[in-house]
Amino acid sequence: MVRGLRVLLSDLRDSLRDLLPVVLVVAFFQFVVVRQPLPDTLPATDLLTGLLLVILGLTLFIRGLKTGLFPLGETLAHAFVRHKSAPVLLIFGFALGFGSTFAEPALLAISTKAAITLSQAGLIESSEGAISQFQLTLRSIVAVAVGFAVVLGVIRILTGWPLHILIIGLYALALLLATQAPVELVGIAFDSGGVTTSTITVPLLAALGVGLASTLHGRNPLLDGFGLIAFASVMPIIFVLSYALLAFQGTPS
Amino acid sequence: MIIETLLSTTRDIMPIAAIIFSFQFLVLRKPLARPVPMITGFVMVWIGLSLFLVGLEVALFPIGTLMAEQLLSVDVLPLADDHLQRHWSDYYWVYLFAFSIGAAATIAEPALIAVSLKAGEVSSGAINPLLLRIAVATGMAFGITLGTWRIVTGLPLYGFIIAAYLVVIIQTLRAPKNIIPLAYDSGGVTTSTITVPIIAALGIGLANVIPGRDPLVDGFGMIALACLFPIITVMGYAQLAAWYAHRIEARVSEPSDHKD
Repeated sequence: MVRGLRVLLSDLRDSLRDLLPVVLVVAFFQFVVVRQPLPDTLPATDLLTGLLLVILGLTLFIRGLKTGLFPLGETLAHAFVRHKSAPVLLIFGFALGFGSTFAEPALLAISTKAAITLSQAGLIESSEGAISQFQLTLRSIVAVAVGFAVVLGVIRILTGWPLHILIIGLYALALLLATQAPVELVGIAFDSGGVTTSTITVPLLAALGVGLASTLHGRNPLLDGFGLIAFASVMPIIFVLSYALLAFQGTPS
Repeated sequence: MIIETLLSTTRDIMPIAAIIFSFQFLVLRKPLARPVPMITGFVMVWIGLSLFLVGLEVALFPIGTLMAEQLLSVDVLPLADDHLQRHWSDYYWVYLFAFSIGAAATIAEPALIAVSLKAGEVSSGAINPLLLRIAVATGMAFGITLGTWRIVTGLPLYGFIIAAYLVVIIQTLRAPKNIIPLAYDSGGVTTSTITVPIIAALGIGLANVIPGRDPLVDGFGMIALACLFPIITVMGYAQLAAWYAHRIEARVSEPSDHKD
């Protein structure tokens, strides 16, 4: 009990240290540069409550990672290696990538915004049906892309293919596609690559990759365990741009 | 508000939990090794993330947006002289704000803390988690500042992305092999909970203030640059560390040569 309390206190101190730079930056700009009173809509008590919640939340999150999410990802990786069935592992990887992305609130927000912008630009019809149709299509494409990215990343860990050639090649493909696709969709494509890797998916993917690489014979956890997140960031860009090229080809932009 | 956020993080976590537990029980057919700490951990992650998000919503995002607006208001910017158009260097406070808030927010990014903890554990101490986070934060700060400058000057984004991309390729060929996967991952990790809304507020604010900029087209450039620069600084950090270790080694081996 006393030990648990001490661990919690040391975690709390770490969170304070992590949040200190933000507080200092905000304070400096508020008191030295802007020098204007806070508006009524943003009272100082709100700022303090918010800061306390952020510190408390970060502390709980990190403790939960260490006791729950990390060990879980690793036990799963070990169990899959012992199960000796690559297809089952790949299906799991796809499901994890697809499932965590499709439900991601940030992706929902960005695809709704994208659908509305595209209808204003005249690329899709402005009816409510067409907008929600496009939003659903975009979310599905991004989720499939992340599922596919995890599959490719896991295959890479199993085979030991060099990561840098794959990632550099994929980014080259993304840049090439970006020069061809309609401008409005390029922004959306790059944004969707950024939002997919959420705060819960990242630790799980890291634990899964490192767990696989440290269990498999002849794999180095540092060299082979990381890289899943990189695939999950670049794949949605390629998928969304390819879709943009196929669906909006010939549309004036 | 807390309940709303709890519901939205539930939507985030439920599919993941469902997939993991269904594979665990239906496919692998194994009970969890230590169910109590794992499930407690899962609940802590869920509640912690929700509180974190509510806190951001209540405090950090409003003050971030407010400051971006205030720094772009006429009171802070130098007066436009007879040119009417401001010179790009007049926005120095904006660049400084972009740089420092980009670095500070990245240090507090939970997903980055997770990856750096894992990296420290796997490298058995060879990679210092805090230094890794500082390297990522430096890259993020440069990326956002450059993105800000690009919106102000209106220079084409492609030039920046291709130049940064070439640097990444050259560094990949020269940097220590074991940092490369981690460096690539750090690009994706940075654009998560904290940083994206602040970048968006800054980008949209700038695009609104400066004539001839489109918030949709110019806003995204910041995220693309913010993803590339941490890759460069993380590889740079490893290159520096390797160079430093090499130098110390050379210095230590010199006097021992004399003894023999």
